[in-house]
Amino acid sequence: MIDMFELLAIIIKVLVVFAGTLVGIMIMTLAERRVAGFIQYRLGPNRVGFGGMLQPIADGLKFFSKEDVIPGQANRPLFLLAPLAVMIPALMTFAVIPFGAPMEIAGRVVKLQVADINIGLLYILALTSIGVYGLVLAGWSAGSKYPQLGGLRSSAQLISYELAMGLAIIGVIMISGGLTLNQIIAYQQETGWNIWKQPIAAFIFLITIYAETNRLPFDLTEAEQELVGGYHTEYSAFKFAMFFLSEYANMITAAAFMVCLFFGGWDVPFIDEAALGGWGVLLSVASFLGKTAFFLFLYILVRWTLPRFRYDQLMRLGWKFLLPLALLNVFLTGLVLAVKG
Amino acid sequence: MTTALFYLFAALLIGSALFVVLNRNPMYSVVALVFGFANLAGIYFLLEAYFIGALQVLVYAGAIMVLFLFVVMLLDVKPDKPRRGLVHLDRWWFAILVVLFLGLLLGIVPGAVRLITSVPAGHEADIGNVERVGQALFTSYLLPFEVAALLLTVALIGTVFLAKRKI
Amino acid sequence: MTWLDINSTLPELIILATALLLLMLEVLSTPPRNSFIWVALAGMGLSLASVLGTPLSGNYYGNMIALSTFTRFIDVITIALVMCTFLFSAPYLRRTLEERGEYYALILFAAVGMMLMAKAHDLTMTFLGLELLSVPLYILAGFYRNRISSNEASIKYLLLGAFSTGFFLFGIALIYGSIGSTNYDIIQQAIVNGQELSRGLTLAGFALLLIGFAFKVALAPFHMYAPDVYQGAPTAITAFLSTGPKVAAFAALLKLVIVVFAVTTRHWWGVMWLLSVLTMTVGNVTALVQDNLKRMLAFSGVAHAGYLAIGILVGTSDGAFGLLFYLAIYSVTTLVAFGLVALVEREQEDGLEVSSYRGLAQKNPFIAAAFALALLSLAGFPPTAGFTAKFFVFNSAVEAGYIWLVIIAVINSLISVYYYLRPVVAMYMREPEDDRRVTLPPITVPALVLLVLVALGLGIMPFTLVQSGVSAAASLF
Repeated sequence: MIDMFELLAIIIKVLVVFAGTLVGIMIMTLAERRVAGFIQYRLGPNRVGFGGMLQPIADGLKFFSKEDVIPGQANRPLFLLAPLAVMIPALMTFAVIPFGAPMEIAGRVVKLQVADINIGLLYILALTSIGVYGLVLAGWSAGSKYPQLGGLRSSAQLISYELAMGLAIIGVIMISGGLTLNQIIAYQQETGWNIWKQPIAAFIFLITIYAETNRLPFDLTEAEQELVGGYHTEYSAFKFAMFFLSEYANMITAAAFMVCLFFGGWDVPFIDEAALGGWGVLLSVASFLGKTAFFLFLYILVRWTLPRFRYDQLMRLGWKFLLPLALLNVFLTGLVLAVKG
Repeated sequence: MTTALFYLFAALLIGSALFVVLNRNPMYSVVALVFGFANLAGIYFLLEAYFIGALQVLVYAGAIMVLFLFVVMLLDVKPDKPRRGLVHLDRWWFAILVVLFLGLLLGIVPGAVRLITSVPAGHEADIGNVERVGQALFTSYLLPFEVAALLLTVALIGTVFLAKRKI
Repeated sequence: MTWLDINSTLPELIILATALLLLMLEVLSTPPRNSFIWVALAGMGLSLASVLGTPLSGNYYGNMIALSTFTRFIDVITIALVMCTFLFSAPYLRRTLEERGEYYALILFAAVGMMLMAKAHDLTMTFLGLELLSVPLYILAGFYRNRISSNEASIKYLLLGAFSTGFFLFGIALIYGSIGSTNYDIIQQAIVNGQELSRGLTLAGFALLLIGFAFKVALAPFHMYAPDVYQGAPTAITAFLSTGPKVAAFAALLKLVIVVFAVTTRHWWGVMWLLSVLTMTVGNVTALVQDNLKRMLAFSGVAHAGYLAIGILVGTSDGAFGLLFYLAIYSVTTLVAFGLVALVEREQEDGLEVSSYRGLAQKNPFIAAAFALALLSLAGFPPTAGFTAKFFVFNSAVEAGYIWLVIIAVINSLISVYYYLRPVVAMYMREPEDDRRVTLPPITVPALVLLVLVALGLGIMPFTLVQSGVSAAASLF
């Protein structure tokens, strides 16, 4: 039987993570446009609230109040299922990511992580792979050709890059000897961040998460010039917003995942968080948020500065460069581990 | 709690499996099958075989079924039209298969019942864990493991060979 | 794992190395690739040397495989079949300008599957061997992807094969559920001591396994795919397709029945009896009306599977010996027969009808003589080895008390004479219809020599093969 304290802790953590993700998404939608404005030498949205701070809320209200169109040729059940199939995995993934050092409350240790399951990494990979369905179903069920092309592209792209991503992670698993993110972070606390030991893996992972989240330079699934809007062309109002939100939720998770795997998670180098008590916890959370924010910023920066890949280039990069490279990395890691004993 | 969840997952699993077979739209069948796999993974999780459960989702639901979906989408398979008439050959085959299946079931059921009742309540805590699976694969199942790898290589060569002569 | 384990799979490893080498050569070289056949043959030759040179026996890889005289016997047949296939393939591929490394490599992979199936001492290995044999064949059946019939053959074979694989796996699952192991020894012990959860579960599992095997060896009513697949596949592949899976699957089934399921014979002999009778009757009767040589030989293959099933049913060491002897004779004869069909065949799958064989004796006496010899041996005419093989199998069945089965089998053999003799009559007693030349590529001569040695040599003096066959059969018990 779970006691009340743990139950309460879990409920609070779920709420915090859920709210945190949503707030993160809101900030991201604003930041995206403000940074774009900065890069393109214009202003971006700056009217609602101070410096445009309330713009995301205005957007949300707008989405709610718009007319919800379901095309006549659409396959209704699947058309309704698709946004959910994208949204749910996107919001569930963050559950296994630890966002701070363990906290001590009333003599009991609380991990700052919704669920510490012993195959955390696989959980993330599994949910990522489930997310493909939403895109494919959305593309197919709309019953028009642009979404279908977008859906096809996205599934092919996600499957291709999942392989390289999984193999890149295997390098990390091999050196840190654990499938949970806590183990990987603990390992990095002891011996230094993984980016120094697995630079190839980090490089591959960084590229693949752009492809996995359908972001530029790999946003072939919604390439506006070719496909109008990709798989969500026919969606409107709140259902469109769900796709939109999921995309940003996936970005946040991917950035956090990157931080946990290669940049020590919530670890602050040269500081023992446990010794600092409550301040240490705060510091670790801040460190985690800061690192994640950096990679999110990188997402935006890349989006507004790099051109889009062509589809065959994307496939060639994935299968002929990243996949062999990832295999090589696994091999080299194994070799080094074997030599070290 | 665990028992209730088991029956929930099992009921959903059987339900979605029946839906896969009985409905006439292949697209729905694929989605239902994915849902079924998710429930199967849920049962694995209840048995504390987390690794197997995750692989179930990752490999079957995440990779293989996506390809199914792909194929059904690309082939644009239309929903099956119900066939009329009692004397249709399909129905006779169906009847024969049902009889055979029931016969098989009769053979299986007593054993299955005994299987359920004879398993001790507790089980090894780390069964189905990554370490255990890995150790089994690389010691007692080394040869099958390698042959399976070979099999995948062959399938890969074949696919490329048939689909794309020039790379 | 020790070096001994690796040593025990040395023949397979050599074949695999050859296959990988060929794949690399394919990438690195430019056509024409005339030398590939020699690489492939050299690999098989080395493998044969290692089979004969390292007479290991015992269990390896933690009881996953078991080596004995029996597995060596199957290894040698496999290698012989594959080498003959190569010999007939080279001219065929050259004629259609499709000589590629993958072709040889895939056949080599299939050979490894065959060898592993016979060696398997665990159901997981049996299954993997079966798949490793089947998957390359699915691909090779569709080798000419511009031919619609080739595509049809490939997709039919793949879909039905995958379906039968499902049965096979489900059977393994049931047996595992009943006994808790996939190891032959443990299953056998559990059955003998009655330690299963239920006998019904085990037998249901075995029945499903039987379906999987029946598909691979084309036992009626699981033979429906065979004629279409054999006809659509490239003829050189058909040659392998009609023999390789039969040899491997019958070998594995024989081992499984004798090592594991012998004590339950009273439960399933009726099924096997029925399958055997049905198969030989359906095969022979349908072959009567075939005009296309490939289809005719396909149905003849079905009929022979029926005779071979008798060997499984008998279950004595005599029966096992008869089966092995029959397998060796049947596989070489059928393979060469198909190979000769490939030589007579013209572009676009023309020249496969019996009428195309009219006057072949005048055009090319060697091919005609060899083909006639192969057909007579398949029909079981006395001085040929086909007769000896049938004699051994039927004799063991009579001794085991299956009189009616043998009577039906003999009647069937008599029926089969009609269709085997039709091409022979056409070749020798009719005038040629056209003046198209049929040449015998020198590279295929060794295969014809092997045919003469097996079909005629072993018919007259069967002692050499009898000796090794008997010891191979004895090593199973």
